[in-house]
Amino acid sequence: MKQHKLFTRRRAIITGIGALSGLLLPGCSKKLPPTYGNLLRMGDAFTYLAHRTLLPGQSLAREYHHGDITSFPAVGTIDPGDASKPAHNETYGRFRDNGFSNWNLSVEGRVAKPGKYSLAALQSLPARTQITRHTCEEGWSAIGQWTGVPLGLILKNAGILPSARFVNFYAYDGYVDSIDLLDAFHPQTILAYGMNGKALPIRHGAPLRLRVETQIGYKSLKYLERIVVSDEFVDQGDSGWAWYVGI
Amino acid sequence: MTAPKNKTQQTNQHKGWVKLSHWIVTASFMALAISGFVILMCHPRLYWGEVGNDLTPALIELPVSRNYQHGGWEKSDAFFAVAGSPVSAGRTYEIFNQNGWGRSLHFLAAWVLTLTGIAYVLTGIFSGHIIRNLVPRAREFSRKLVWHDVKSHVLFRIPPATSGPHYGVLQKFTYLFVIFFLLPLTIMTGLTMSPALTAAYPFLPKIFFGAQSARTIHFFASTALVLFLIVHVTMVIRSGFRKQMSAMTFEQQT
Repeated sequence: MKQHKLFTRRRAIITGIGALSGLLLPGCSKKLPPTYGNLLRMGDAFTYLAHRTLLPGQSLAREYHHGDITSFPAVGTIDPGDASKPAHNETYGRFRDNGFSNWNLSVEGRVAKPGKYSLAALQSLPARTQITRHTCEEGWSAIGQWTGVPLGLILKNAGILPSARFVNFYAYDGYVDSIDLLDAFHPQTILAYGMNGKALPIRHGAPLRLRVETQIGYKSLKYLERIVVSDEFVDQGDSGWAWYVGI
Repeated sequence: MTAPKNKTQQTNQHKGWVKLSHWIVTASFMALAISGFVILMCHPRLYWGEVGNDLTPALIELPVSRNYQHGGWEKSDAFFAVAGSPVSAGRTYEIFNQNGWGRSLHFLAAWVLTLTGIAYVLTGIFSGHIIRNLVPRAREFSRKLVWHDVKSHVLFRIPPATSGPHYGVLQKFTYLFVIFFLLPLTIMTGLTMSPALTAAYPFLPKIFFGAQSARTIHFFASTALVLFLIVHVTMVIRSGFRKQMSAMTFEQQT
């Protein structure tokens, strides 16, 4: 009997490899986080490329009603001013004791106008309030209301250079992380100073935290100190955690 | 490609692409089951609805790690000055959390399983494998045959291996249920836990009664798949382990 197949295994494999290499091709440029030759990180890089290639850009996360707000656990660092904890930061402790009156956020790196923003300066800018779902990598989730300045506005004001590709965040509790410009200019990516209609509580990241609503909770760094815009991915070493966590 | 054989041999044996996809799916499912359990150990509480956490009531709490009812929370504060206001509390307990590699392995294996699964279903439809070998024929629906098959399973009378896709009616239903219901359900509920995907496709949490409900359904569908694996391996052993393994691996002729 003559073989009669619509497509052979060989053709299926060749098509598959072709499709995969199409997705992985941008990996040749230095615009991507390193995978350290690690299979797990390659999987995460593949997820990132697939999301950036296949998902419609900058879709808004669902926003809820005030009545939907739920209880909200605070995990990770809950006070960098606590001298008994490894995440202790003396400078943060002094700001905390002054009610953050002399605190400021530094915006630097690949921007035309680097500068510092006091809490009052941030609060005088056009604000965005959103009631969104926080999804923790641990498995739980919570709904909270966040008020703050869109990160895109701060970046535009600082005159982000055309070659810039990543926004890096440095926090008082020692955390460092970065996001790409698609997330940085997402309308719901904000620098939040308010939670549930009040000043951001210390355990939730006072005086200022990041909110990235299209990624898992740990990308929304608390206790922000510095924002550094960069052309290339700033390698902080493999933390053991995925860099892109839209999943 | 395999050389043309006579008709009996062709229908008797598992095709090469069936064997290959069977073992890729097996390996990725094992990786998913193990990493999935590690992820569950981090937060062994399941909820119903859109959201849920340690400060809200759980649907089920599973005693699978030291995180089970750990109780390591500061005194909670109310967000609003009203009775029954949502609260906040800081965690003071060092939880078990291996999600750094657990999640990455889970998603890597999920990519492998999903892409292999799509290739399998497409090849299965276009080659006629699914219609020919998995969809029960009209005559197999007879009450007598189905009853006979149920009875022989209950009595644990398993017919000897046939070295190929000659399946009983219950076996066909089970394979179709796994391929077209349980696996797609775990994939879809898994995707519903992704913040990027729920932003892009808001219908996802709606069809699963909320994002946390999707996680709960994901757990039960995965448990059903593990049960399927146990029954499947039991049947393979009862019907002749060596013959079945040989038929699903390197056997060329019967």
